[in-house]
Amino acid sequence: MKKICLTVVGLFLLFVHAFSQTQTPDTSAYKPRKLRFDEVELVSSYYTQNGDHSAIRGGIGDEHVTDLANGVEVKFVAWDAKQRKNSLTAGMGVDHHTAASQAWISKTGASRRTDGLRLYPTVDWSRENQQKGSSIGAGVYYSNEFNYHSYGLDINAGQKTRNNGEFGVKLSAYLDQVTMILPSEFEPAGAYRTGRNGELRHPDYGSSGRQTYTASFSFSQIIDTRLQGILLLDLVEQHGYLGLPFHRVYFADGADSIEKLPSNRFKLPIGLRVNYFLGDALILRSYYRYYTDSWGISSHTASLETTVKITPFYSVTPFYRYYAQTAARYFSPYETHAATDTYYTSNYALASFHSSFFGAGVRLAPPKGIFDTHLKTLEIRYGHYTQTTDLVSDVISLDLQFR
Amino acid sequence: MKRIPMVSIGVALFAAILPACAPVKEYQKNRLNDSEMSLSNRKVEKNELNFQSYREGSAGANGGKTGGGCGCN
Repeated sequence: MKKICLTVVGLFLLFVHAFSQTQTPDTSAYKPRKLRFDEVELVSSYYTQNGDHSAIRGGIGDEHVTDLANGVEVKFVAWDAKQRKNSLTAGMGVDHHTAASQAWISKTGASRRTDGLRLYPTVDWSRENQQKGSSIGAGVYYSNEFNYHSYGLDINAGQKTRNNGEFGVKLSAYLDQVTMILPSEFEPAGAYRTGRNGELRHPDYGSSGRQTYTASFSFSQIIDTRLQGILLLDLVEQHGYLGLPFHRVYFADGADSIEKLPSNRFKLPIGLRVNYFLGDALILRSYYRYYTDSWGISSHTASLETTVKITPFYSVTPFYRYYAQTAARYFSPYETHAATDTYYTSNYALASFHSSFFGAGVRLAPPKGIFDTHLKTLEIRYGHYTQTTDLVSDVISLDLQFR
Repeated sequence: MKRIPMVSIGVALFAAILPACAPVKEYQKNRLNDSEMSLSNRKVEKNELNFQSYREGSAGANGGKTGGGCGCN
Protein backbone atom coordinates (compact mmCIF):
# COMPACT_ATOMS: atom_id res chain seq x y z
CA MET A 1 0.00 0.00 0.00
CA LYS A 2 2.82 2.33 0.90
CA LYS A 3 4.45 1.56 -2.47
CA ILE A 4 1.21 2.42 -4.34
CA CYS A 5 0.81 5.65 -2.36
CA LEU A 6 4.42 6.66 -3.00
CA THR A 7 3.97 5.85 -6.71
CA VAL A 8 0.78 7.98 -6.92
CA VAL A 9 2.46 10.84 -5.06
CA GLY A 10 5.50 10.49 -7.31
CA LEU A 11 3.33 10.58 -10.48
CA PHE A 12 1.38 13.58 -9.10
CA LEU A 13 4.62 15.47 -8.42
CA LEU A 14 5.86 14.54 -11.90
CA PHE A 15 2.70 15.99 -13.52
CA VAL A 16 2.80 19.09 -11.32
CA HIS A 17 6.44 19.57 -12.24
CA ALA A 18 5.70 19.07 -15.93
CA PHE A 19 2.79 21.54 -16.05
CA SER A 20 4.38 24.10 -13.72
CA GLN A 21 7.03 24.95 -16.33
CA THR A 22 6.21 27.82 -18.66
CA GLN A 23 6.87 26.84 -22.20
CA THR A 24 9.83 28.74 -23.57
CA PRO A 25 8.84 30.50 -26.79
CA ASP A 26 10.74 29.58 -29.91
CA THR A 27 12.51 32.78 -30.88
CA SER A 28 14.17 31.29 -33.92
CA ALA A 29 11.01 32.08 -35.85
CA TYR A 30 10.87 35.76 -34.74
CA LYS A 31 8.30 37.72 -36.68
CA PRO A 32 8.75 41.47 -37.19
CA ARG A 33 6.01 43.66 -35.77
CA LYS A 34 4.30 45.95 -38.21
CA LEU A 35 4.13 49.70 -37.82
CA ARG A 36 1.74 50.47 -34.99
CA PHE A 37 0.56 53.57 -33.21
CA ASP A 38 2.67 54.44 -30.18
CA GLU A 39 1.67 57.89 -28.93
CA VAL A 40 0.27 61.27 -29.87
CA GLU A 41 1.45 64.48 -28.28
CA LEU A 42 -0.18 67.91 -28.32
CA VAL A 43 1.73 71.03 -27.33
CA SER A 44 0.02 74.42 -27.16
CA SER A 45 1.44 77.76 -26.06
CA TYR A 46 0.25 81.31 -25.70
CA TYR A 47 2.92 84.00 -25.81
CA THR A 48 2.53 87.73 -25.30
CA GLN A 49 5.18 90.46 -25.20
CA ASN A 50 5.46 94.21 -24.78
CA GLY A 51 8.38 96.47 -25.53
CA ASP A 52 9.34 99.77 -27.07
CA HIS A 53 12.16 98.99 -29.49
CA SER A 54 10.51 97.78 -32.67
CA ALA A 55 13.04 96.96 -35.40
CA ILE A 56 10.46 97.94 -38.04
CA ARG A 57 10.60 101.55 -36.81
CA GLY A 58 14.36 101.57 -36.45
CA GLY A 59 14.55 100.74 -32.73
CA ILE A 60 11.61 102.74 -31.40
CA GLY A 61 7.90 101.96 -31.20
CA ASP A 62 5.46 99.37 -29.96
CA GLU A 63 6.69 95.76 -29.89
CA HIS A 64 3.43 94.20 -28.73
CA VAL A 65 3.16 90.64 -30.03
CA THR A 66 0.82 87.74 -29.30
CA ASP A 67 1.39 84.23 -30.57
CA LEU A 68 -0.81 81.17 -30.23
CA ALA A 69 1.13 78.05 -31.18
CA ASN A 70 -0.36 74.58 -31.52
CA GLY A 71 1.52 71.45 -32.49
CA VAL A 72 0.62 67.78 -32.78
CA GLU A 73 2.99 64.84 -33.20
CA VAL A 74 1.96 61.26 -33.93
CA LYS A 75 4.51 58.53 -33.35
CA PHE A 76 4.48 55.03 -34.84
CA VAL A 77 6.84 52.20 -33.91
CA ALA A 78 7.79 48.97 -35.70
CA TRP A 79 10.32 46.21 -35.00
CA ASP A 80 12.07 44.71 -37.99
CA ALA A 81 13.40 41.16 -38.54
CA LYS A 82 16.74 42.11 -36.93
CA GLN A 83 14.86 43.33 -33.82
CA ARG A 84 15.69 46.96 -34.52
CA LYS A 85 13.23 49.57 -33.33
CA ASN A 86 11.98 51.85 -36.10
CA SER A 87 10.16 55.04 -35.11
CA LEU A 88 8.27 57.31 -37.46
CA THR A 89 7.01 60.65 -36.15
CA ALA A 90 4.82 62.98 -38.18
CA GLY A 91 4.14 66.45 -36.84
CA MET A 92 2.13 69.52 -37.75
CA GLY A 93 2.39 72.96 -36.20
CA VAL A 94 0.16 75.99 -36.64
CA ASP A 95 1.01 79.40 -35.15
CA HIS A 96 -1.12 82.51 -35.31
CA HIS A 97 0.53 85.76 -34.32
CA THR A 98 -0.36 89.44 -34.13
CA ALA A 99 2.30 92.15 -34.16
CA ALA A 100 1.54 95.83 -33.62
CA SER A 101 4.74 96.83 -35.40
CA GLN A 102 3.59 95.25 -38.68
CA ALA A 103 1.27 98.21 -39.25
CA TRP A 104 4.41 100.36 -39.57
CA ILE A 105 5.72 98.62 -42.64
CA SER A 106 3.74 101.48 -44.11
CA LYS A 107 5.45 104.77 -43.25
CA THR A 108 2.17 106.08 -41.84
CA GLY A 109 1.36 103.02 -39.73
CA ALA A 110 -1.50 102.14 -42.07
CA SER A 111 -0.49 98.62 -43.17
CA ARG A 112 -3.56 96.43 -43.04
CA ARG A 113 -1.78 93.20 -42.19
CA THR A 114 -0.99 93.01 -38.48
CA ASP A 115 -1.29 89.25 -38.08
CA GLY A 116 -0.01 86.10 -39.73
CA LEU A 117 -0.18 82.34 -39.82
CA ARG A 118 2.72 79.89 -39.85
CA LEU A 119 2.37 76.23 -40.82
CA TYR A 120 5.22 73.79 -40.21
CA PRO A 121 4.87 70.06 -40.92
CA THR A 122 7.69 67.69 -39.95
CA VAL A 123 8.53 64.02 -40.51
CA ASP A 124 11.22 62.18 -38.51
CA TRP A 125 12.41 58.60 -38.81
CA SER A 126 14.87 56.77 -36.55
CA ARG A 127 16.19 53.23 -36.25
CA GLU A 128 17.63 51.97 -32.97
CA ASN A 129 19.65 48.79 -32.64
CA GLN A 130 19.48 48.06 -28.92
CA GLN A 131 21.89 45.11 -29.13
CA LYS A 132 24.63 47.20 -30.71
CA GLY A 133 23.66 50.41 -28.89
CA SER A 134 23.55 52.34 -32.15
CA SER A 135 20.96 54.52 -33.82
CA ILE A 136 20.48 56.41 -37.07
CA GLY A 137 17.79 58.83 -38.15
CA ALA A 138 16.64 61.47 -40.61
CA GLY A 139 14.09 64.26 -40.70
CA VAL A 140 12.50 66.67 -43.16
CA TYR A 141 10.91 69.99 -42.23
CA TYR A 142 8.92 72.73 -43.91
CA SER A 143 7.78 76.08 -42.61
CA ASN A 144 5.54 78.47 -44.45
CA GLU A 145 4.33 81.93 -43.57
CA PHE A 146 3.48 85.03 -45.55
CA ASN A 147 7.02 86.38 -45.74
CA TYR A 148 9.14 83.31 -45.06
CA HIS A 149 9.52 79.80 -46.48
CA SER A 150 11.92 77.23 -45.12
CA TYR A 151 12.89 73.71 -46.18
CA GLY A 152 15.02 71.66 -43.81
CA LEU A 153 16.50 68.20 -43.55
CA ASP A 154 18.81 66.41 -41.18
CA ILE A 155 20.55 63.08 -40.70
CA ASN A 156 21.79 61.85 -37.35
CA ALA A 157 23.57 58.92 -35.75
CA GLY A 158 24.40 57.79 -32.22
CA GLN A 159 26.56 55.13 -30.60
CA LYS A 160 26.59 54.03 -26.98
CA THR A 161 29.90 53.26 -25.29
CA ARG A 162 30.67 50.35 -22.97
CA ASN A 163 30.91 52.73 -20.02
CA ASN A 164 27.35 54.17 -20.10
CA GLY A 165 28.23 56.97 -22.47
CA GLU A 166 26.77 57.92 -25.84
CA PHE A 167 28.12 59.89 -28.78
CA GLY A 168 25.73 61.68 -31.12
CA VAL A 169 26.17 63.60 -34.37
CA LYS A 170 23.59 65.44 -36.45
CA LEU A 171 24.05 67.25 -39.76
CA SER A 172 21.27 69.61 -40.81
CA ALA A 173 20.57 72.08 -43.59
CA TYR A 174 17.86 74.72 -43.86
CA LEU A 175 17.17 76.40 -47.17
CA ASP A 176 15.04 79.50 -46.65
CA GLN A 177 13.45 82.17 -48.81
CA VAL A 178 12.79 85.63 -47.36
CA THR A 179 10.05 87.61 -49.12
CA MET A 180 11.38 91.11 -49.81
CA ILE A 181 8.63 93.19 -48.23
CA LEU A 182 10.13 96.66 -48.03
CA PRO A 183 8.99 99.60 -45.91
CA SER A 184 6.54 101.60 -48.01
CA GLU A 185 8.92 104.52 -48.62
CA PHE A 186 11.39 102.15 -50.31
CA GLU A 187 8.91 100.50 -52.64
CA PRO A 188 9.62 101.47 -56.25
CA ALA A 189 7.04 103.69 -57.88
CA GLY A 190 4.26 101.64 -59.43
CA ALA A 191 4.94 98.57 -57.27
CA TYR A 192 1.32 98.46 -56.14
CA ARG A 193 -1.57 97.88 -58.51
CA THR A 194 -5.24 98.47 -57.94
CA GLY A 195 -7.32 95.31 -57.67
CA ARG A 196 -10.86 94.73 -58.97
CA ASN A 197 -12.40 96.05 -55.76
CA GLY A 198 -10.16 99.06 -55.62
CA GLU A 199 -7.72 97.58 -53.08
CA LEU A 200 -3.96 97.99 -53.48
CA ARG A 201 -2.09 94.83 -54.40
CA HIS A 202 1.57 94.04 -54.71
CA PRO A 203 1.95 91.53 -57.54
CA ASP A 204 5.45 90.32 -56.75
CA TYR A 205 7.72 91.20 -53.85
CA GLY A 206 10.53 88.90 -54.94
CA SER A 207 12.63 86.94 -52.49
CA SER A 208 16.17 86.34 -51.28
CA GLY A 209 17.76 83.08 -50.18
CA ARG A 210 19.23 82.13 -46.81
CA GLN A 211 21.05 78.87 -46.04
CA THR A 212 21.92 77.47 -42.63
CA TYR A 213 24.22 74.44 -42.27
CA THR A 214 24.78 72.89 -38.86
CA ALA A 215 26.96 70.10 -37.51
CA SER A 216 25.86 69.15 -33.99
CA PHE A 217 27.88 66.91 -31.70
CA SER A 218 26.94 65.52 -28.31
CA PHE A 219 28.41 63.23 -25.70
CA SER A 220 26.34 62.06 -22.75
CA GLN A 221 27.65 60.12 -19.77
CA ILE A 222 26.17 58.41 -16.72
CA ILE A 223 28.47 59.34 -13.86
CA ASP A 224 26.83 57.36 -11.07
CA THR A 225 23.37 56.08 -10.11
CA ARG A 226 22.13 59.64 -9.49
CA LEU A 227 24.20 61.86 -11.78
CA GLN A 228 24.43 62.22 -15.56
CA GLY A 229 25.48 64.91 -17.99
CA ILE A 230 25.71 65.83 -21.65
CA LEU A 231 28.12 68.03 -23.56
CA LEU A 232 26.72 69.74 -26.69
CA LEU A 233 28.54 71.53 -29.48
CA ASP A 234 27.09 73.11 -32.62
CA LEU A 235 29.00 74.51 -35.59
CA VAL A 236 26.62 76.75 -37.55
CA GLU A 237 27.35 78.48 -40.85
CA GLN A 238 24.83 80.84 -42.44
CA HIS A 239 24.90 82.37 -45.91
CA GLY A 240 22.65 84.66 -47.89
CA TYR A 241 20.26 87.42 -46.84
CA LEU A 242 20.53 87.42 -43.03
CA GLY A 243 18.53 90.56 -42.21
CA LEU A 244 14.86 91.32 -42.70
CA PRO A 245 13.87 93.75 -45.46
CA PHE A 246 11.26 95.65 -43.40
CA HIS A 247 13.66 96.52 -40.56
CA ARG A 248 14.46 100.22 -40.78
CA VAL A 249 17.57 102.03 -39.63
CA TYR A 250 17.59 105.79 -38.90
CA PHE A 251 21.00 107.42 -39.21
CA ALA A 252 22.30 110.25 -37.07
CA ASP A 253 21.51 112.74 -39.82
CA GLY A 254 17.82 111.68 -39.79
CA ALA A 255 17.92 109.75 -43.09
CA ASP A 256 16.56 106.20 -43.05
CA SER A 257 17.36 102.96 -44.82
CA ILE A 258 16.73 99.23 -44.36
CA GLU A 259 19.08 97.21 -42.16
CA LYS A 260 22.19 95.87 -43.85
CA LEU A 261 24.06 92.89 -42.44
CA PRO A 262 26.91 90.69 -43.71
CA SER A 263 25.92 87.79 -45.95
CA ASN A 264 27.55 85.16 -43.76
CA ARG A 265 27.67 84.34 -40.08
CA PHE A 266 29.46 81.63 -38.16
CA LYS A 267 28.03 80.60 -34.77
CA LEU A 268 29.68 78.48 -32.10
CA PRO A 269 27.53 77.48 -29.10
CA ILE A 270 28.84 75.01 -26.50
CA GLY A 271 26.48 73.70 -23.84
CA LEU A 272 26.71 71.47 -20.78
CA ARG A 273 23.71 69.95 -19.03
CA VAL A 274 24.04 68.09 -15.72
CA ASN A 275 21.13 66.42 -13.89
CA TYR A 276 21.27 65.13 -10.33
CA PHE A 277 18.70 63.09 -8.39
CA LEU A 278 18.98 64.31 -4.81
CA GLY A 279 17.39 62.03 -2.19
CA ASP A 280 14.11 60.47 -3.27
CA ALA A 281 12.08 63.51 -4.22
CA LEU A 282 14.29 66.25 -5.65
CA ILE A 283 15.88 66.51 -9.11
CA LEU A 284 18.26 69.29 -10.04
CA ARG A 285 18.50 70.06 -13.76
CA SER A 286 21.29 72.52 -14.59
CA TYR A 287 22.39 73.95 -17.93
CA TYR A 288 25.14 76.29 -19.05
CA ARG A 289 25.93 77.55 -22.56
CA TYR A 290 28.67 79.74 -23.94
CA TYR A 291 28.08 81.26 -27.38
CA THR A 292 30.21 83.28 -29.74
CA ASP A 293 29.75 84.31 -33.38
CA SER A 294 31.48 86.15 -36.21
CA TRP A 295 29.26 89.24 -35.75
CA GLY A 296 30.81 89.96 -32.36
CA ILE A 297 28.09 88.56 -30.09
CA SER A 298 29.15 86.45 -27.15
CA SER A 299 26.74 85.24 -24.52
CA HIS A 300 26.36 83.19 -21.37
CA THR A 301 23.22 81.26 -20.49
CA ALA A 302 22.71 79.50 -17.16
CA SER A 303 19.56 77.82 -15.93
CA LEU A 304 18.48 75.70 -13.00
CA GLU A 305 15.30 73.67 -12.57
CA THR A 306 14.44 72.01 -9.27
CA THR A 307 11.86 69.29 -9.73
CA VAL A 308 10.07 68.41 -6.49
CA LYS A 309 8.29 65.05 -6.65
CA ILE A 310 5.18 65.39 -4.50
CA THR A 311 4.44 61.75 -5.38
CA PRO A 312 6.33 59.51 -7.84
CA PHE A 313 3.86 60.63 -10.55
CA TYR A 314 3.16 64.25 -9.64
CA SER A 315 5.88 66.88 -9.68
CA VAL A 316 6.32 70.65 -9.46
CA THR A 317 9.28 72.34 -11.16
CA PRO A 318 10.24 75.96 -10.44
CA PHE A 319 12.95 77.24 -12.78
CA TYR A 320 15.22 80.23 -13.35
CA ARG A 321 17.26 81.15 -16.44
CA TYR A 322 19.79 83.96 -16.70
CA TYR A 323 21.14 85.20 -20.03
CA ALA A 324 23.65 87.93 -20.91
CA GLN A 325 25.01 88.94 -24.32
CA THR A 326 27.30 91.55 -25.84
CA ALA A 327 26.12 93.54 -28.87
CA ALA A 328 26.79 92.69 -32.48
CA ARG A 329 29.32 95.13 -33.91
CA TYR A 330 26.70 96.29 -36.44
CA PHE A 331 24.10 97.34 -33.87
CA SER A 332 23.34 100.92 -32.86
CA PRO A 333 20.13 102.43 -31.45
CA TYR A 334 17.77 104.82 -33.23
CA GLU A 335 19.48 107.73 -35.01
CA THR A 336 23.01 106.86 -33.92
CA HIS A 337 24.40 105.01 -36.94
CA ALA A 338 26.78 106.96 -39.16
CA ALA A 339 25.82 107.11 -42.82
CA THR A 340 29.33 105.86 -43.60
CA ASP A 341 28.81 102.53 -41.74
CA THR A 342 29.18 99.48 -43.99
CA TYR A 343 26.66 97.42 -42.04
CA TYR A 344 23.89 98.67 -39.76
CA THR A 345 20.91 97.44 -37.78
CA SER A 346 18.74 98.67 -34.90
CA ASN A 347 17.28 95.25 -34.12
CA TYR A 348 17.48 94.95 -30.32
CA ALA A 349 17.92 91.16 -30.50
CA LEU A 350 21.48 92.08 -31.51
CA ALA A 351 21.96 94.69 -28.74
CA SER A 352 23.86 94.28 -25.47
CA PHE A 353 21.51 93.18 -22.67
CA HIS A 354 20.82 90.60 -20.05
CA SER A 355 17.58 88.83 -19.30
CA SER A 356 15.84 86.74 -16.67
CA PHE A 357 13.26 84.05 -17.22
CA PHE A 358 11.52 82.37 -14.32
CA GLY A 359 8.39 80.38 -13.63
CA ALA A 360 7.16 76.94 -12.74
CA GLY A 361 5.71 73.79 -14.26
CA VAL A 362 3.44 71.05 -13.01
CA ARG A 363 3.57 67.50 -14.37
CA LEU A 364 1.16 64.60 -13.89
CA ALA A 365 2.06 61.14 -15.21
CA PRO A 366 0.20 58.36 -13.32
CA PRO A 367 1.00 54.83 -14.55
CA LYS A 368 -2.63 54.03 -15.44
CA GLY A 369 -3.24 57.36 -17.12
CA ILE A 370 -5.02 60.43 -15.83
CA PHE A 371 -8.49 59.37 -14.60
CA ASP A 372 -7.78 55.93 -16.15
CA THR A 373 -7.85 57.39 -19.67
CA HIS A 374 -5.38 57.27 -22.57
CA LEU A 375 -4.04 60.64 -21.37
CA LYS A 376 -0.71 59.49 -19.91
CA THR A 377 1.04 62.78 -19.23
CA LEU A 378 -0.16 66.31 -18.59
CA GLU A 379 2.30 69.16 -18.15
CA ILE A 380 1.60 72.87 -17.71
CA ARG A 381 4.32 75.48 -17.54
CA TYR A 382 4.33 79.26 -17.12
CA GLY A 383 7.27 81.63 -17.50
CA HIS A 384 7.85 85.38 -17.16
CA TYR A 385 10.68 86.97 -19.16
CA THR A 386 12.32 90.38 -18.72
CA GLN A 387 15.11 91.97 -20.74
CA THR A 388 17.13 95.03 -19.78
CA THR A 389 15.95 96.55 -23.09
CA ASP A 390 12.52 96.80 -21.33
CA LEU A 391 11.09 93.90 -23.29
CA VAL A 392 8.70 91.92 -21.09
CA SER A 393 6.92 88.72 -22.05
CA ASP A 394 4.86 85.87 -20.64
CA VAL A 395 4.39 82.37 -22.00
CA ILE A 396 2.12 79.57 -20.86
CA SER A 397 2.36 76.08 -22.38
CA LEU A 398 0.43 72.86 -22.17
CA ASP A 399 1.72 69.41 -23.16
CA LEU A 400 -0.65 66.43 -23.42
CA GLN A 401 0.64 62.96 -24.22
CA PHE A 402 -1.79 60.18 -25.19
CA ARG A 403 -1.01 56.47 -25.56
CA MET B 1 36.75 85.23 -27.21
CA LYS B 2 38.57 85.94 -23.92
CA ARG B 3 36.06 83.81 -22.08
CA ILE B 4 36.57 80.71 -24.17
CA PRO B 5 39.10 79.44 -21.55
CA MET B 6 36.13 79.25 -19.10
CA VAL B 7 34.43 76.87 -21.49
CA SER B 8 37.66 74.94 -21.86
CA ILE B 9 37.77 74.59 -18.08
CA GLY B 10 34.19 73.26 -18.09
CA VAL B 11 34.95 70.76 -20.86
CA ALA B 12 38.16 69.72 -19.08
CA LEU B 13 36.22 69.19 -15.83
CA PHE B 14 33.67 67.06 -17.66
CA ALA B 15 36.47 65.06 -19.25
CA ALA B 16 38.18 64.69 -15.87
CA ILE B 17 34.99 63.26 -14.35
CA LEU B 18 34.75 60.51 -16.98
CA PRO B 19 37.43 58.18 -15.57
CA ALA B 20 35.78 58.55 -12.16
CA CYS B 21 32.45 57.25 -13.48
CA ALA B 22 31.17 54.39 -11.36
CA PRO B 23 29.96 51.36 -13.34
CA VAL B 24 26.16 51.48 -13.28
CA LYS B 25 24.16 48.32 -14.01
CA GLU B 26 20.80 48.38 -15.74
CA TYR B 27 18.95 47.56 -12.51
CA GLN B 28 20.61 50.56 -10.83
CA LYS B 29 19.23 53.06 -13.37
CA ASN B 30 15.75 53.55 -11.89
CA ARG B 31 16.53 57.13 -10.88
CA LEU B 32 18.43 57.92 -14.09
CA ASN B 33 15.53 56.58 -16.16
CA ASP B 34 13.04 58.88 -14.45
CA SER B 35 11.49 61.05 -17.18
CA GLU B 36 12.44 64.21 -15.24
CA MET B 37 16.12 63.18 -15.49
CA SER B 38 16.07 63.35 -19.29
CA LEU B 39 19.09 65.11 -20.81
CA SER B 40 16.99 66.68 -23.54
CA ASN B 41 14.63 69.64 -23.38
CA ARG B 42 11.06 69.11 -22.24
CA LYS B 43 8.50 69.17 -25.05
CA VAL B 44 6.55 71.79 -23.11
CA GLU B 45 9.60 74.10 -23.45
CA LYS B 46 9.50 74.06 -27.26
CA ASN B 47 7.89 77.46 -27.77
CA GLU B 48 9.93 79.06 -24.97
CA LEU B 49 13.09 78.11 -26.85
CA ASN B 50 11.58 79.48 -30.07
CA PHE B 51 10.85 82.94 -28.68
CA GLN B 52 14.24 83.10 -26.93
CA SER B 53 16.01 82.39 -30.21
CA TYR B 54 14.09 85.25 -31.89
CA ARG B 55 14.48 87.81 -29.07
CA GLU B 56 18.12 87.02 -28.30
CA GLY B 57 21.19 87.05 -30.50
CA SER B 58 22.30 83.51 -29.77
CA ALA B 59 20.86 80.02 -30.06
CA GLY B 60 21.93 76.39 -30.27
CA ALA B 61 23.72 73.75 -28.18
CA ASN B 62 20.45 72.69 -26.62
CA GLY B 63 19.52 69.83 -28.92
CA GLY B 64 16.95 71.94 -30.74
CA LYS B 65 16.68 73.51 -34.17
CA THR B 66 19.38 75.91 -35.32
CA GLY B 67 17.71 77.29 -38.43
CA GLY B 68 14.50 77.57 -40.37
CA GLY B 69 13.31 80.44 -38.22
CA CYS B 70 10.36 82.68 -38.82
CA GLY B 71 10.16 86.04 -40.51
CA CYS B 72 9.45 87.63 -37.14
CA ASN B 73 8.80 91.23 -36.24
